[in-house]
Amino acid sequence: MQQVVQEIKNLSIGFTSQKGEQISILKNISTIINKGETVGIVGESGSGKSTLALAMMGYVKHGLYTISGECIYQSNDILKMKNRELENIRGRKIAMIPQNAGQSLTPNLKIGYQIDEALRLHTNFQKEDRDVKISELLNKVRLPSPETIAKRYPHELSGGQQQRVAVAMALAGSPDLLLLDEPTTGLDVTTQAHVLELLNFIAKDTGTSMVYVSHDLGAIAQVSDRVIVMYSGEIVLDGPVRTILKNPIHPYTYGLLKSIPKLTLSGLPNSMSGSQPQPGTIKEGCSFYDRCEFAEDKCKIKSPELEFVNEFNTSVRCFNHKELHKKKDKDKKSSKNVLRKLTKNEILDISSVSISYAKQKFIEQLLNKIDDTNPTVKDINIKIDKGETLALVGESGSGKSTILKSIAGLIKAKDGIIKFDKNKILSSDLKKREANYLRAIQLIFQNPDESLNPNHTVEEIVSQPLKLYFGLSGNELKQKIIEVLKKVRLGEFYLTRYPRQLSGGEKQRVAVARAFAAKPDIILCDEVTSALDVSVQAAVLNLLQELKEDFGTTYIFVSHDLAVVKAISDRVAVLYQGRLCEIGPSESVYKFPSHPYTEVLLGAVLEPDPDIKPKLVAEDIVEEKPPEKGCSFQGRCPRLLGQICKTDVPPWQIDENGNAIRCHIKINDLKNQQISN
Amino acid sequence: MLILVLKRILLGFITLFIVSLITFVGVEVLPGDACTTYLEREAYGAALEACYKRLGLDIPAYERYISWAIGVIQGDFGYSLSGEMKINDVLGPRVKNSLVLASASILIGIPIALLLGIITALWRDKMPDIIISTFTIFSMTIPEFISATLLILIVAIWLEWLPGIVIVPTGASISELLPNIILPVVAISMIMTAHMARMVRSSVIQVMASDYVQMAILKGVPYWKMVFKHVLPNALLPAINVVALTIAWLLGGVVVTEVVFNYPGLGRLVIESISNRDLPVVQALAIILASIYVIINLIADLLTLMLNPRLKSLQIKK
Repeated sequence: MQQVVQEIKNLSIGFTSQKGEQISILKNISTIINKGETVGIVGESGSGKSTLALAMMGYVKHGLYTISGECIYQSNDILKMKNRELENIRGRKIAMIPQNAGQSLTPNLKIGYQIDEALRLHTNFQKEDRDVKISELLNKVRLPSPETIAKRYPHELSGGQQQRVAVAMALAGSPDLLLLDEPTTGLDVTTQAHVLELLNFIAKDTGTSMVYVSHDLGAIAQVSDRVIVMYSGEIVLDGPVRTILKNPIHPYTYGLLKSIPKLTLSGLPNSMSGSQPQPGTIKEGCSFYDRCEFAEDKCKIKSPELEFVNEFNTSVRCFNHKELHKKKDKDKKSSKNVLRKLTKNEILDISSVSISYAKQKFIEQLLNKIDDTNPTVKDINIKIDKGETLALVGESGSGKSTILKSIAGLIKAKDGIIKFDKNKILSSDLKKREANYLRAIQLIFQNPDESLNPNHTVEEIVSQPLKLYFGLSGNELKQKIIEVLKKVRLGEFYLTRYPRQLSGGEKQRVAVARAFAAKPDIILCDEVTSALDVSVQAAVLNLLQELKEDFGTTYIFVSHDLAVVKAISDRVAVLYQGRLCEIGPSESVYKFPSHPYTEVLLGAVLEPDPDIKPKLVAEDIVEEKPPEKGCSFQGRCPRLLGQICKTDVPPWQIDENGNAIRCHIKINDLKNQQISN
Repeated sequence: MLILVLKRILLGFITLFIVSLITFVGVEVLPGDACTTYLEREAYGAALEACYKRLGLDIPAYERYISWAIGVIQGDFGYSLSGEMKINDVLGPRVKNSLVLASASILIGIPIALLLGIITALWRDKMPDIIISTFTIFSMTIPEFISATLLILIVAIWLEWLPGIVIVPTGASISELLPNIILPVVAISMIMTAHMARMVRSSVIQVMASDYVQMAILKGVPYWKMVFKHVLPNALLPAINVVALTIAWLLGGVVVTEVVFNYPGLGRLVIESISNRDLPVVQALAIILASIYVIINLIADLLTLMLNPRLKSLQIKK
């Protein structure tokens, strides 16, 4: 018999709407967390997964309240405890590692103080012992020189370091149960892989139970023993990690897994139609009914109960899980292949572009000295053909968005020329660009919440480029707007809606429609799917691909997500610290990542498969500034040759597949070394 | 850090220069001047010219400005036109009176404002918040001339507890002033406290909703410890600038209250000298009030800089 750490019984949490209705965010949740077990809770935004994790600490957010049920810890209901009792459990017995450590550390208190506070509250150590313990904890989460870190303020650390501090703080009270709320979301791929590896180590080392909440099935696969899938406030699937990820017997999980782009698959992932219902909109029947491809009439009337299936050791909330299991095997084709028509017809030529963020001092301006020898982005040469999708990838600070902005004319390049359509030079000053070139290059931003004017209706938003570039008005304008919206699969009734009345996916569609309304030749996509849920991301990727096939548009696609890039791009350029490392056809870059940095990046990608472990080949150090001399990757390179890497900029080498890399090691040697690893 | 302070001081001087120019030009452009006001219907011919000569208004405006500016730099504002007194002598007691009124209001008003703001935020939507917020919104919306008049009516006329208007000479000593300023201080504090309490309330509520406060709660930090260590230092930082603006406003801008209570402070002097076309006094006042704003804002910015670790380390990096 396993020891139970916490038991959740029939828990429902909700709020009272303005109409006085009681609306549930969590519906009848029952589950058990065993000692030493890591449970992954997965779901898209709004599925109630964070609310569940917080309830396990007896914390219910302002405006929400417990409708029914209990969270039992050591035979007491945490949700009914007084504050005094909770203070003795929080941080000591159950600790939380928050989503955004940068915002979860109090800005006016030093790191050392914040860890010391947890120690003072939850241990009996004296001052000297606590100081030793702080260093021990910081060492345990592998932070370099703990004494200096302890004296710093939170904002003086990098994202990965802040997350490690949060882990150290949670470990201070040696809790029985660690709750992790999206602990790696927002971190770079390599940092994320390292933090997950650390968490796995801690789980084994201390025997602590963990509840890992995330939308990212890749991360869940790496840490969990058991996975709970949540949809619309309900548990729809609860079972061992391998069953859930390899043999999902609930249609939602099945669809979700198919909509994730994977490194091991080629082509675009399948998208799931629709989006998660708003709380309170589903009165009867299964909450997944509208989006389910296996739905039957009875699903609409009756809501299925969570049913334990012995065969898979899994609980599932679906009437048809047996049929799904049979049908699934026939349905082998799980991804669409991308149609690639490439023409050798150059549309954009970026040559020797350097961009500097360094501000000139007043005196230097007077003397007309522009002398930043070490600019943020340096020496970028890329030629792009018509109809091609070029992806720029790299970690944060790699300069990928900066390059995009300079193509759009939002940032002035320090050096270099950008030519459009073979010989027309694009001025680096936006004000001097001709209207026709402005029209030809459109941008889609990461976050549609911020890129769409909240006071404009969809009609007004899409009409802007049509009025500006084509001078349309009246009925003609309206027809055109409807036509453009139809292209992004939004009906006429969206015209009068405001952005706040749309879901995340719909908003991004409006942003796509606005870009396409200008009939552009090139669309710059800046992390366009990062703010979206996985199932919506797949839909937007498919939409972009279809539009491209219809209009022959060229995309420059910036993303940190290597699997997304693999799905959509024809060619990939890998950037580190504003310098190009590798550029080549996607297929061969992903198959034979030659440059050591590409190898590091691809190795750190998390696949939603517990049997594929990330390869951690380099440290996740954050470099503030590119090195003055030599190779940009010298600081982290696992294959450093020696002095030459520190003094000489590596030459370009091209292999037979068209992969070009910048490295001092011979390209074929690099490949052989990787295969032998 | 030092460079920043010097930069800010330089900027302050530039501001003062511009303010002096604008007031000078403004008063020049307005129709009528000291002589036409002084002579009224006889403002023509020889009498007018004699007046101009006597007051030095016959020389070109820019020359007057330059000679005046040189005087100001040396700390001499020249002579007032109407009373023909040294302006320094006119201003001195008024500045002192305003200081007394302002300091009393600050000493009473700011602690109360902070307290009310913090209480309303911590007991948000509960009884204490509802009662205090109703009161603060009420006293914020009533114009000060009405609340001041009501105070006089109730406290001075019906209850006869305190004098209704200030009947001391301009040069009165502080101990003579004190009993007289109670009502003006109450009138000023009511509106000032209400504004600041609302500001503090929203700032504390915002910080209470932040991730780091939630984290502190989930870490098991006891409530009051969390409030004092994690919430207040971060919530009150933005209040510094508001407090600074309020102080500056108190020193020169409580015109209405001063008029209602007949209080001999700077605010009333502004009104008097403008209606008398007393150009030198108006200029002197503009410079003094602008300096108060500049100095107090400078102090507030430096204080924020020192107390906010984020800004501090940014400055060091530069």
